[in-house]
Amino acid sequence: MRNKERTHKYTMMFIGAVVSLLWIYPFYLVFINSIKTKSDIFESTLGLPGTPTLENYPTAFAELDFLLTFFNSVVVTGGSILIIVICTSMAAYALSRKPGKTSSAIYFLFAICMLIPFQSIMIPLVSLFGAVDLLNRTGLAIMYLGLGSSLAVFLYVGAMKGIPKALDEAAIIDGCNRFQVYWYIMLPMLKSTTVTVIVLNAIWFWNDYLLPSLVINKEGMYTIPLKTFYFFGEYSTQWHLALAALVIAMIPIIVLYMFLQRYIIDGISEGAVK
Amino acid sequence: MNFKNRTYWLFLLPTLLALLLVLIIPFFQGVYYSFTEYDGFQVTSFVGFDNYIKLFSDDQFLYSLGFTAAFSAASVIGINVLGLSFALLVTQKLGKVSTLFRTIYFMPNLIGGIILGFIWQFVFLKAFTGIADVTGIEFFRGWLSDTETGFWGLVILFVWQMSGYIMVIYISFLNNVPKELLEAATIDGANKWQSFWKVKFPLIIPAFTVSLFLTLSNAFKVYDQNMALTNGGPFGSTEMATMNIYDTAFKVQDMGYAQSKAIVFLIIITLISVIQLYITRKKETEL
Repeated sequence: MRNKERTHKYTMMFIGAVVSLLWIYPFYLVFINSIKTKSDIFESTLGLPGTPTLENYPTAFAELDFLLTFFNSVVVTGGSILIIVICTSMAAYALSRKPGKTSSAIYFLFAICMLIPFQSIMIPLVSLFGAVDLLNRTGLAIMYLGLGSSLAVFLYVGAMKGIPKALDEAAIIDGCNRFQVYWYIMLPMLKSTTVTVIVLNAIWFWNDYLLPSLVINKEGMYTIPLKTFYFFGEYSTQWHLALAALVIAMIPIIVLYMFLQRYIIDGISEGAVK
Repeated sequence: MNFKNRTYWLFLLPTLLALLLVLIIPFFQGVYYSFTEYDGFQVTSFVGFDNYIKLFSDDQFLYSLGFTAAFSAASVIGINVLGLSFALLVTQKLGKVSTLFRTIYFMPNLIGGIILGFIWQFVFLKAFTGIADVTGIEFFRGWLSDTETGFWGLVILFVWQMSGYIMVIYISFLNNVPKELLEAATIDGANKWQSFWKVKFPLIIPAFTVSLFLTLSNAFKVYDQNMALTNGGPFGSTEMATMNIYDTAFKVQDMGYAQSKAIVFLIIITLISVIQLYITRKKETEL
C-alpha cells in the first residue's frame, strides 16, 4: 500500500514537472533568443547562444521609451484602481445598509450590465467620450469604473453582509457621520476584498490593449501594451530587438508575481468563485 | 439605522454615473446607430433594418462568426480538461512542488494578450521551423501560414493562457470537498479513480458552471491575441467576430453597419450564456 502511494506520488511529480517545463518553454525561448545576435537567432533558434549578448537590450529599451511607458502604465492602472476601489466600495456600502426595492433594483441593474460585451458598446462609447473631450486618461479611468463596477460592487456587497450593522450604529451614536463610518470602520474591515478587487482589476488594466488604443491617442501617453504593439509593427522582422522588447515589457509583472503570487492567486479565486 | 436618502444617493452617485455614461447610454445609442448610416460623427440617414439584412449576406462576417464559434468550442474543451487536470494534480499531496507547479501553470494568465500573441508568433514561426529542421518532422513547418494552423495556433495560445486561471477555480472547489467523505471512500476500498468520479466529481459540478461560463464568454470576446498572433491572416481566414466588428467600424468607418454586427454579437453571447447556465444548473440539481 505504502509503496503504491509513493509510486503514485512520484508519477504525479514527474507529469507535473514535464508539463511545467512545457508551460514555461515559450518564455524560455523568448528569453534565450533575446540574448543572441541577429545571425545566431537565424542559424539556431532552439540552441544556446554562441556568445550571450545583452546588446539588444539598450536599443529595445530606448525604442520602447521604457521609463516613460512604464510610468504611463503605472499612472493608468494605479489611478483607475484607486477610483474603482473607492467608488464601488462606497456604492456597495449604501446598497448593503439600505435594503429595499431601490437597492434591489440597482443591484439588478449592475447584474444586467455585466452581460453587455465591450464590443457592443465600443463605437458609441468612443463617440460619446470624444464629443465631450474625454478621450484621455481621465476618460479611460471613468470607462474602467463603469466597465468594472458590477463585479467590484458584488464582491463588496457580499463582504459587507458579514459585517454586523450594530457596528456602524454604535459608531453613529458615538457621533460619526456616514462617511467617517465608511472610511474608518468599513474600509479597514474589507481589506481582503479590496485585495481581490485590486488584483482582478490590476491584471486587466495593466494588460488591456483594445480600450486604451481607442482612447489614448498621444504617443507620449502610450502604456506598455500599446507601445509594444507599435514597436512590434516596426521591428517584427528584427526578432533580436523584438524579443528583447517583449522581455522588458514582461519584467515588471513577472517580478511582482514572484513577490505577491499568493495574494494574486487567492484574489483570482475569490473573484471567480463568488 | 438606515442611510438617509441624500447620503445614500451621494454614496452611489459616482458609480451609477459611470455605469450610465459607459454602459447604459452607449448601449441604447448603439441600438439606435445600428438602424442608421453613421460615420462616427453624424448620422446621415435612417435605414431601418437594412444593416441587419446586409449582414446576413456578408460572407466574411458570417465566416468570422463560424470561426469564432469553432475556436470557442475547441478552447473551452481544451481549457477545462487541462484546467481540471492541473487542479487535480496540484491538490495531490506532493508537498512544496505543488505550489511551484501552480505558480508556473498560472503564469501566462498574468501577461497581456498582445505580448502573448507575439511570443507565440515567434514560437510558431521560428521555433517550430527550428524543430522541423532538427527533427525532419514536417508537421512543425509552415505554422500560421494557412487557415488550419492559424486556427490551432490561436487555440494553443488561448488554452495555454487560460488553463491556469480555470485551474485556480477548480482548486478552490476541490479544496472544499470534505475530507471525511474521501476518507470514508478510501476505507470502503475506493481507488483514486473511483474516489474522483464518485465523490469529488459530483461535488465540483458547480465549478463547471463557473468555468464554462467564463471560458465561453472569454473565448468569444478574444481580440488582442487574434490581432497579435495572426492579425486575421492569411486573407481574413483567421479573423474572429470581434476583429471583423472593429475593422468595419474603425478601418472601413462604416459605424452604423459595424454597430448592427455588434448587436448581433451581443445577442449571440447572451443566448449562449443563458442556455449554458440553464443546462449546467439543471445538471447540478439532477445530481
